[in-house]
Amino acid sequence: MKNMKFLTAALFISSLFIGCSKDDAPAPVNEEEVITTLTVTLVPNDGGTAITLQSRDLDGDGSDAPVITTGDLTTGVTYRGRIVLLNETVDPADDITEEVEEESLEHQFFYTSGGDLDITISNENLDTDGNKLGTEFTLVAGAASSGTLTFTLRHEPTKPNTGLEDAGGETDIFATFSVSVE
Amino acid sequence: MRNYALLVLLISSITTMSQNCDHSLSGIVTDIHDGQLLIGVTVIIVNSEQAVQTGVDGTFSFSNLCNDTYYIQVSHPYCLTKGFTVRVSGDTTKAFKLEHHIEELNRITIEGKAYSDKTKTILESTINKDELERFSSGSLGDALKNLSGVSSLSTGNTVVKPMINGLHSSRIVIINNGVRMEDQEWGAEHAPNIDINTVSNLTVIKGAGALQFSGDAVGGVIIAEASKVPVKDSLYGKTLMTAASNGRGLSLSSQLTKSYQNGWYSTLQGTLKLFGDFETPDYVLSNTGIFERNASLKVGFNRFDYGIEAYYSIFKNEIGILAASHLGGAQDQIRALESPIPLIINDFSYTTDAPKQDVTHHLATIKGFKKFDDFGKLSLQYDFQRNNRLEYDIRRGDDKNKASSDLQLDTHTVLLDLDAPLTDKIVLKTGLMAKYQKNVANPDTGVRRLIPDFQMYDLGMYFVMDYQLNDQWLLEAGGRFDYSFMDVFKFYRTSFWELRNYDQLFPEIVLEELENQILTNPELSFNNGSGTLGASYAFGKNSKLFFNYSIASRAPNSSELFSEGLHHSASRIELGDLRFNSEISHKVSLTFQKANDVFSFQINPYINTISDFIVNEPTGIQQTVRGNFQVWEYRQTNAQLLGIDVDVSYEFAKNYRLNTQFSLVKGNDRTNDAPLIGMPPANLSNQIVYQNPKFNNLRLALQSAYHFKQNDYPDTNFEVFNPETERSQIVDFSTPPDAYHLLNFSSSIDLNINQKSKFTVGFTITNLLDTSYRNYLNRLRFYADDLGRNFLLNLKINY
Repeated sequence: MKNMKFLTAALFISSLFIGCSKDDAPAPVNEEEVITTLTVTLVPNDGGTAITLQSRDLDGDGSDAPVITTGDLTTGVTYRGRIVLLNETVDPADDITEEVEEESLEHQFFYTSGGDLDITISNENLDTDGNKLGTEFTLVAGAASSGTLTFTLRHEPTKPNTGLEDAGGETDIFATFSVSVE
Repeated sequence: MRNYALLVLLISSITTMSQNCDHSLSGIVTDIHDGQLLIGVTVIIVNSEQAVQTGVDGTFSFSNLCNDTYYIQVSHPYCLTKGFTVRVSGDTTKAFKLEHHIEELNRITIEGKAYSDKTKTILESTINKDELERFSSGSLGDALKNLSGVSSLSTGNTVVKPMINGLHSSRIVIINNGVRMEDQEWGAEHAPNIDINTVSNLTVIKGAGALQFSGDAVGGVIIAEASKVPVKDSLYGKTLMTAASNGRGLSLSSQLTKSYQNGWYSTLQGTLKLFGDFETPDYVLSNTGIFERNASLKVGFNRFDYGIEAYYSIFKNEIGILAASHLGGAQDQIRALESPIPLIINDFSYTTDAPKQDVTHHLATIKGFKKFDDFGKLSLQYDFQRNNRLEYDIRRGDDKNKASSDLQLDTHTVLLDLDAPLTDKIVLKTGLMAKYQKNVANPDTGVRRLIPDFQMYDLGMYFVMDYQLNDQWLLEAGGRFDYSFMDVFKFYRTSFWELRNYDQLFPEIVLEELENQILTNPELSFNNGSGTLGASYAFGKNSKLFFNYSIASRAPNSSELFSEGLHHSASRIELGDLRFNSEISHKVSLTFQKANDVFSFQINPYINTISDFIVNEPTGIQQTVRGNFQVWEYRQTNAQLLGIDVDVSYEFAKNYRLNTQFSLVKGNDRTNDAPLIGMPPANLSNQIVYQNPKFNNLRLALQSAYHFKQNDYPDTNFEVFNPETERSQIVDFSTPPDAYHLLNFSSSIDLNINQKSKFTVGFTITNLLDTSYRNYLNRLRFYADDLGRNFLLNLKINY
């Protein structure tokens, strides 16, 4: 009786092993939330050529560093800025800016100038509560100078805030460009 | 008393026969379960005037017997009396076995060992039921870290992984009810999926010598066992409730056992734990609550020489991870490190949001054994485990409530074991193991798989033999061989594939090239040998020396081989290496033990030399659009761990005892001549216990635990460019936190309700002085302090 039980158990178990055949290859995962590309388009009010700043990292958080494209500003010119975020790991590319703008209460762009760069950014677009969102802004280039311009996107910041110091939240984008005003 | 009456009765009813009778019958009486020697057993030759009791060595002897068949009755106060027919022919020896565990029913504390030794030449550390019950509301790791040489690697205070002599994760094998836990133990933030309330005896073997369980336990083996059920008609159970001030939570655990004289038994058990945010002395640790639900059912049939048992348990745990630890890149880390308090502190709450873990573990096992008189005990076991781990990160858009990692690991194992006493002095344990494992990473998460889909086949065989040379010396030797084959489907990022030169090294495993990913099919096999050689030597009064050498081989796990990408919960990029081979450890350990009722002392120095040791260390910084992330790369090196564990226990006055523990381990990377990362700092614990069995078993204990600062650590600081200042900034990610000292108080008292029920009330305060501290081995130490003062009220009813 006991032996029968063992035998049954053993047969049952061996069938599990025989039953395992090689499955079909799994499906790839194309990450939907990855931001590969940040493009800042600065359109001068005087009708001149638009300037594009871009940080593009096609392998997302893979080992390749982002490819940075930058441009130079002209003294005294006012630019209308627009930030576009793309996920280019999928085809066609996904516009992440739309998601950020839909969830405007949970996002905010910050602009940090470093070095001697003489620029002023103001007039950011607002979220649905009337606080800053910053996917659109106005940039005024001051005196001839050079330095860095950094765009930081914070997820779930404290709003309103006075800047990065008291905004909290988590950094979703951090892109630095070497820029000069000429 | 009853036995003596029987004895008198028997003696008065003898008829003596006179023959040429000068033969003897001698032998030994042991426990049928574990071979423990039974002392004070009455052995009677029915219908003769002869009756003897077994001595401290469990032996008895009759003389002046004839060549004849005798009916022998063997009885013991805590055993069912059994009769045996023995044929005496010349000087005869005979071993008797009794079912000894009926005493557990009476809840008499078992002095000595009720559970068998797992290894004979490495001293085991055990935690008994009473001690475990004090941790009813905590986790396995919380209970274990009170043993010398055992520390914990934690993520906050609810994800606690045991660490033995400086090693953790895949290097530690956990055996739960005879089943090797397969619960994705590879991850540093994956705690063991065991309900501590199902365990009544917890054993730690600090080494790989227990080859019957595994050959790859480079760090050690933890064995959790449930209590044995007596063969007797009975219904009993217990309920434990703990309320805690810190976390404002409750833990409730209950179990009920029904057993029958005919051998059938069943146990039903369940646990519920609900805690909200925990608190440090100064602030709330937001999003650190847990909600744990467990249940188990055991049904079995136990006769003395055969039995079968089926067991099923489900463990489900939702664990919140400190909100302030979920970070973007290095800039966020600088902010977090520079801030003395966590970046996110909300009001106390019971709800947990992302980041969090939701883990479910099913374990089902069926096992049977049969004892053959001249052969030994043969056991067969099949077990199935399903581990589903969901990890939630803070996400955007439609994916907000979707897990970012959803892994399901299924494991089937068959074990066949033979425990055979070859002679009186030699015992052989041998067996076979076959295992099939399948991991499926759900692609619907929308996040690249951190751990790939794989199937794994393992075959193992072992033997362990021990030889009781004489009263002083016992020798032990064993060997094990494991073969494992891994069939993996892994998507590599093209950039990483080329960076690592895999396109040159492994072109044959590429199945498909996608736009920016490459699908590969690595097929890896590992042949691992392991062995143990040891001796124990008993000398003087109560002194014993244990010596053991063990060689263990561990195949790299799927995380070490295949990790490749951003691990959100750790805010770092983790990179494995496909080229890894097995790591091989040689551990020599020596233990001196002196133990008597008043004073016991143990000292255990060891040296563990590991070739191809796999370490995970920060190696640099990687730029992404999201910012800079720290890169943690796995690499193989030659390592050596040197350490010592000391335990002293001294009853300095009646009912007063002082317990002292000290552990020290030094880990060295011999290839780089640098300290190993993440080694536990030295710690010293002193505890004064007052326990009065005559006054309702009142127990009061005050513990002082001093944790030294870890002074040996590799410099893994990194530089981050600060665009505002246009300068690089050093981020100190390696300096360990300062030393700290904690005081803990615990007390309990038994109140007897009636003959069958006992009520125990316990009151505990941990971190009595509300000290603010950070622990080097807590992965969240960068972001927040550890727990503040906690008042716990424990109620237990036995019925």
